[in-house]
Amino acid sequence: MRKILIIFAHPVLEKSRVHKRLLHYIPQQDGITLNDLYENYPDFDIDVKREQQLLLAHDIIVWQHPLYWYSAPALLKQWQDLVLEHGWAYGKNGYALKGKKVFNVITSGGSIQAYQREGYQHCTITEVLRPYERTAELCHMTYLPPFWVSGTHKLELLQINEYGHKYSQLLQRLQQDSLNDEDMMQASCLNDLIENSQNNLA
Amino acid sequence: MEHSFFYKALVFLGAAVLFVPLAKKSGLGSVLGYLFAGVIIGPSVMGFVGAEGQDIMHYAEFGVVMMLFLIGLELEPELLWKLRKSILGLGGLQVIVTTAAIAGIAMLFHFNWQQALALGMIFSLSSTAIVLQTMAEKGLMGTSAGQSAFSVLLFQDVAVIPMLALFPLLATTDILHKPSNDTHEAGTWVAGQPAWLHAAIVLGTIAAVIAVGRVAVRPLLRLVAKTNMREIFTATSLLIVVGIAVLMGRIGLSPALGAFLAGVVLANSEYRHELESDIEPFKGLLLGVFFIAVGASIDFGLVSQHLREIILWVCILIAVKSLVLLLLGKVFKMGTEQNFIFSFGLTQVGEFAFVLFSFSFQQGILSLETINIMTAVVAISMGLTPLIVMANEKLILPRVGTDETEERPADEIDEKHAVIIAGFGHFGSTIGRFLRANNVPATYLDMDSDRVDTLRKMGYKVFYGDASRVDLLMAAGADKAKIIVIAVNSPEKRLEMIETVKKHFPDLHMLVRAANRYDAYDLMNAGILHIYRESLDTSLRVGVDVMSLLGFRKYTARRLARNFIRYDEANLKRLSAIRNPDEYVVEARKYMEEIEATIQSDRQFLTGEADLSWDPDTLIEEVRASLQEDPLQ
Repeated sequence: MRKILIIFAHPVLEKSRVHKRLLHYIPQQDGITLNDLYENYPDFDIDVKREQQLLLAHDIIVWQHPLYWYSAPALLKQWQDLVLEHGWAYGKNGYALKGKKVFNVITSGGSIQAYQREGYQHCTITEVLRPYERTAELCHMTYLPPFWVSGTHKLELLQINEYGHKYSQLLQRLQQDSLNDEDMMQASCLNDLIENSQNNLA
Repeated sequence: MEHSFFYKALVFLGAAVLFVPLAKKSGLGSVLGYLFAGVIIGPSVMGFVGAEGQDIMHYAEFGVVMMLFLIGLELEPELLWKLRKSILGLGGLQVIVTTAAIAGIAMLFHFNWQQALALGMIFSLSSTAIVLQTMAEKGLMGTSAGQSAFSVLLFQDVAVIPMLALFPLLATTDILHKPSNDTHEAGTWVAGQPAWLHAAIVLGTIAAVIAVGRVAVRPLLRLVAKTNMREIFTATSLLIVVGIAVLMGRIGLSPALGAFLAGVVLANSEYRHELESDIEPFKGLLLGVFFIAVGASIDFGLVSQHLREIILWVCILIAVKSLVLLLLGKVFKMGTEQNFIFSFGLTQVGEFAFVLFSFSFQQGILSLETINIMTAVVAISMGLTPLIVMANEKLILPRVGTDETEERPADEIDEKHAVIIAGFGHFGSTIGRFLRANNVPATYLDMDSDRVDTLRKMGYKVFYGDASRVDLLMAAGADKAKIIVIAVNSPEKRLEMIETVKKHFPDLHMLVRAANRYDAYDLMNAGILHIYRESLDTSLRVGVDVMSLLGFRKYTARRLARNFIRYDEANLKRLSAIRNPDEYVVEARKYMEEIEATIQSDRQFLTGEADLSWDPDTLIEEVRASLQEDPLQ
């Protein structure tokens, strides 16, 4: 059994449509920890020791957040700046996170089609997430493709719940370690590895 | 002409207006100013007022009545309970020991034991008006000397009641029982009754006052308050006090005692503050007249006749009272300096003495001659208080007490700090601790010598004294400092400090504590930019926690609170601009009007500026609209 830490950053969860549902689908069970940054650190005063202890106690790290201006909400950036210390997470003696897996769970207003080289955004989601990939690699972690809910503004509740189901299954399979590492690295999105229960999602 | 009301008013008010500011300016305190004004206009000097002195005393006694009413109103049960140790212990012992000592000395002067005991009791009391005023003027009320003085005075105020009840039992037959020239006694219900019946009538009436106060007065006040006519409420307040005074006169008791009782009975009523603010100006003025009358009543003929006796008594009184207080202060573990301030502050005999003298005369305990001499003794002891306090400050404290500035080894460089914090109470101490925890050196100013001693022991750089004094600020390095945090307790002191700093250290940034909104208005008028209301941030933290416990997101609640602070500060500025500072409204009502205006304008916060941060609604709308136009997108 792998232990999963979900580091969640959303400044106004009460206004969220998708993340509120996604949180709802996170299995309530041992080995899956939700760390709600905006609730725990409303003053942005991150408890670095606590966060590092949490990271050490888990095998798979999830950064769950909406994509705002091609990046995460401010507090997650603050978290990176403070928690991933030199000499602990990276640098000559920084190997605390070595071997852990990490990926983003993101929501974006733009659709999959928009995030293509020749699409509206002129770049892929992998390129948008490059800073997280670099962060992971600098910290000797394995960076996996994202779980991505796209085109959120057009989504109806039914479709959002479908994403929720997939998220739940993804977390459970990661916990059971029943996903092939090779397959995960190959996929463009982790969504693709989970079976569709309906075919109406692209 | 001589006896016309306006002529008298002219003389009294003129004397007060002339001498009180003069006395205050020269640091002698307003009470001595009044006394001096009395001496000047009295028969001995200018003779503006003469034979009618007794008459004036009569009016003026009403100031004491009102003061007692207010003291009664201000007796808070919780405060009494909190101070029970110092009130009962310190206050009780002071009254008992001083009474015993003075009674013993009086017996050496061939007074009989009843007279000696009466004198002992009278002289054991100190002047609430003088002491509290002196202490408040010097900003010492928050210090341990101030608190102890307050406790002792409180006990004395209450101790008057058993004294008044005891006096009839001290009546001796060898003294003329009912002086014919006494206007008080004639037509009272107790005239000619034996002592035990007298006491019974007194106690019965007191019980009746308590009962009526509890049952009838509150509904009456409610009725009057409903008329919404301010002057009728004032009239009712005065009626209560006058009514009590008349009733007490009827049973041959001090009106002051009755007023005190009425005050205590009404202390828990919801109209307490209204009564207070109604009576307060009358009290202040009448008390002033009372002190003038005391000054005028000093019979200098008698004084010169019995000069040696009077001087001897004054010396005995001051010696006995201060020694007893010093001893008790030591027993109750007061610091040396605080003990001296406390003990020498209370050496005078209180204004109650005049009331008790006239009462003891009616009861036939003391002779008219004794009372005349002793009145002079009391007046002189009162008049000497500011001088004794000043002598203590200038001559004794510099030797025994806490130094204003700390003596440091000569080799140590006395660097000036960039920050000065004035006031190390609850407010200032937190700022000081925070700065010290972060190695920001600061210089401190405080009025409480015990606190100063403790802080110095901990290595703080502390200056002792009144922070509004230019020389002390100078010594603390105000000319070199960048910032001064004005965190002292008293709003008046704060304004005084601001004026001093503006005048002498114009480059100093002032960060000023404010108790509440009015205080903040006053500070704005004084041109202060950095104003910190004590309760604003803390109250909003409670609000944030309430929202978060109700399930609101913590970050959102925090943001809303911060917005609210910004909004409230702006709103305060706006309201301060449209409000009329010259308008006189009574405190309680002013407060409600202010709250009303504030709540009215809060609606802007609620409706005008909805929180649109991270709001996706407009974006969703736009995306869905374009989707309808172009379904392929």
